[in-house]
Amino acid sequence: MAVAIILLLVAVGSVLFHLFSPWWWTPIATNWRYIDDTINITFWITGAVFFAVIAFMAYCVFRFHHKEGRQAAYNPENKKLEWWLTIGTAIGVGAMLAPGLIVWHQFVTVPADATEIEVMGQQWRWSFRLPGKDGRMGTSDVRNISSDNPLGLNPDDPHGQDDVVIESGDLHLPIGKPVKVLLRSVDVLHDFYVPEFRAKMDMVPGMVTYFWITPIRTGTFDVLCAELCGLAHAQMRAKVIVEEENEYHAWLEKQQTFADSSGRRAVMRATYKSGGE
Amino acid sequence: MVDVPYDAIADIPPAEVAEVDLYHPKSWWTQYVFSQDAKVIAIQYSLTASAIGLVALVLSWLMRLQLGFPGTFSFIDANQYLQFITMHGMIMVIYLLTALFLGGFGNYLIPLMVGARDMVFPYVNMLSYWVYLLAVVVLASTFFVPGGPTGAGWTLYPPQAILSGTPGQDWGIILMLASLILFIIGFTMGGLNYVVTVLQARTRGMTLMRMPLTVWGIFTATVMALLAFPALFVASVMMLFDRVLGTSFFMPALVEMGQQMKYGGGSPILFQHLFWFFGHPEVYIVALPAFGIVSDLISTHARKNIFGYRMMVWAIVGIGALSFVVWAHHMYVSGMHPQFGFFFATTTLIIAIPTAIKVYNWVLTLWRGDIHLTVPMLFALGFIITFVNGGLTGLFLGNVVVDVPLSDTMFVVAHFHMVMGVAPIMVVLGAIYHWYPKVTGRMLDDWLGKFHFWVTFLGAYLIFFPMHYLGLLGIPRRYHDIGEVAFIPSSAHTLNAFITVVALTVGFAQMVFLFNLVWSLFKGRPSGGNPWRATTLEWQTPQTPPGHGNWGKELPVVYRWAYDYSVPGAAQDFIPQNQPRTTRAAQGSAP
Repeated sequence: MAVAIILLLVAVGSVLFHLFSPWWWTPIATNWRYIDDTINITFWITGAVFFAVIAFMAYCVFRFHHKEGRQAAYNPENKKLEWWLTIGTAIGVGAMLAPGLIVWHQFVTVPADATEIEVMGQQWRWSFRLPGKDGRMGTSDVRNISSDNPLGLNPDDPHGQDDVVIESGDLHLPIGKPVKVLLRSVDVLHDFYVPEFRAKMDMVPGMVTYFWITPIRTGTFDVLCAELCGLAHAQMRAKVIVEEENEYHAWLEKQQTFADSSGRRAVMRATYKSGGE
Repeated sequence: MVDVPYDAIADIPPAEVAEVDLYHPKSWWTQYVFSQDAKVIAIQYSLTASAIGLVALVLSWLMRLQLGFPGTFSFIDANQYLQFITMHGMIMVIYLLTALFLGGFGNYLIPLMVGARDMVFPYVNMLSYWVYLLAVVVLASTFFVPGGPTGAGWTLYPPQAILSGTPGQDWGIILMLASLILFIIGFTMGGLNYVVTVLQARTRGMTLMRMPLTVWGIFTATVMALLAFPALFVASVMMLFDRVLGTSFFMPALVEMGQQMKYGGGSPILFQHLFWFFGHPEVYIVALPAFGIVSDLISTHARKNIFGYRMMVWAIVGIGALSFVVWAHHMYVSGMHPQFGFFFATTTLIIAIPTAIKVYNWVLTLWRGDIHLTVPMLFALGFIITFVNGGLTGLFLGNVVVDVPLSDTMFVVAHFHMVMGVAPIMVVLGAIYHWYPKVTGRMLDDWLGKFHFWVTFLGAYLIFFPMHYLGLLGIPRRYHDIGEVAFIPSSAHTLNAFITVVALTVGFAQMVFLFNLVWSLFKGRPSGGNPWRATTLEWQTPQTPPGHGNWGKELPVVYRWAYDYSVPGAAQDFIPQNQPRTTRAAQGSAP
């Protein structure tokens, strides 16, 4: 009796916790409301199954626990019941899988008008790169990386000269414009993770990965690293600021291009050398 | 109907393989230390696995202290925290659960349950344990080498695992890989034994479809492990080469702390494929023995045949096969080709169907049963709840797009602890309460057992159920300190502290269990040969604990399936598998 009640309380308590706990996902800031919807569908279906199974089990314990003289039934199989349960389960699984796959199709299909930007991870900080006036980013290679060229841009690629490079600052994004976020790493795995964006993807040295979003809400959001990247993994932080288009352009105007910074560095190095010699 | 005189044994085909001579120990050393008796090897495996498991348990307390009260304990820094999570994960998954289910329960139960005298290759079986022990010693030694154990996370993802930004880059990672290689060698020797024993050494009348589900679970898991571990083996060898010889199997061109490295051309994602090609079947290598064992616990203690035995067998085999085509669901956000997501999400959700069938059949076994709420039964009930919970959250993480926001958060930590931590441990504990009387001849104390169950079950549930919601909120895993983040309310820190307090309480309950194990060995109530009035062969041995060779002069002959409980018209509510039928259309119509 007591056991049955406790089992039932576990089921009821879990449902109540789900409904009333203060811990829930962050308010969404991108177009990926579909992902939240799919999670909700999954919660409803799995929640119903969870409650039904545990409640049935509690009932069995209550109704059929050992008493003097009780004898268990002898029924090895029930084909019909087993098939119905199988079919019912398959339908439930399909009801979760179908919307999941539809949304995944959207997730991997980048709209043609998305602006490309680049996030680069290294132990243990973030850098960003935005295309310049030509709207294209130049090529890059990890072999080009040096103290003058921390992102490894190809110095001979004309498309790269006007790229905006943000080495230790925040990333700004205009609201309402689809963005394809290209992800690179120079050393180990990282993962560009903004909980409010829902989308995330690992950054893998030696390749370029991506995800796409359309920001729908202005604000300042924390960037965390979601793939273990060594000792200071938990401290690898930055901020993303989603703002109105005019504010965004005002900010963009103030940023340095690759040509600016490599030119300035060359000057600095020349000055340092001549001063030292 | 007239009772025709009936020669029951005439219907049983003769054994396919003749009996082989047993190895008989000649000294104390060969009897108790370098023993070739599967029962002794089983106990050696179990004790070693439990000892290293206790280390992992203590590591989890340290992790929880840090997470619940960050900054309070000066002896835990980021470095050590990463080492703790890595060692905790690796020990629990491989060195505890795999070794305990297959090396421990497999060795003890397979020969007894199929009616064999021992494993078919006793000498190799002995070697298996000693190589396993060596693997454990190598693993444990990393706590004492310069730089300490590796802190790469139990997944050991390169390039991070072998670069200097990760703790344990000197010796920790090298010894970890060496230990894994040893473990796999040791396991392969044991695993071949379990498979061949089940296939070749079953006693007369023990058809495959009469085997207890425990044997089916362990057998299928072993076949899977023999196919899956080689992937980890090659991955470990290659990473060892990358680290020691400077090869580039998994290492692309990269810059570490501003320095151009000499690596180039390798693929970090290749490692992940190899790791999870092993790693996902590994989940079921742990789960299938648990599925099998819990089926027998439920059936025995509910005095009722397992519902849908044939479906249960096919579900085990089906899950085993399917588990080889779902691995990349661990890699949805790894950067692999996005089209993979469609395939792996589909296969992953399909595997939910045979798994759900198993759950239905467990609870339908309870239906109209005669449920004895013994300690093993309580643990079986606890298993069903935690497994259903953890299995259902698997439908979130398996459904590719749902996984995107949840991957690498505490949701994942909560999910896999519920489904492959707590749930199998419930079965391990239930199984120990169930079979301890056969191993020692004494019962474990019932009151202590119930205390142990309630604290462990409710505590574990309180630890891991709310943890899902921390992940939903967005708290990433493998953070020793979340620090200042705008989206995390202070109530989340309170919840973390609460979880830590519960975790320490559950840890304390395990000490009570250890006390029970030792105390009952000397003072426990003598159990007799078959205290649970069970049908399977291990309870029908002439001696308890079973002697060398298990069966005395004559091997048992099996006349019926393993689940003749509460057969209508039978004198008792169970009929042992080796009890002859009295008529051709005997009681117990099943196989």
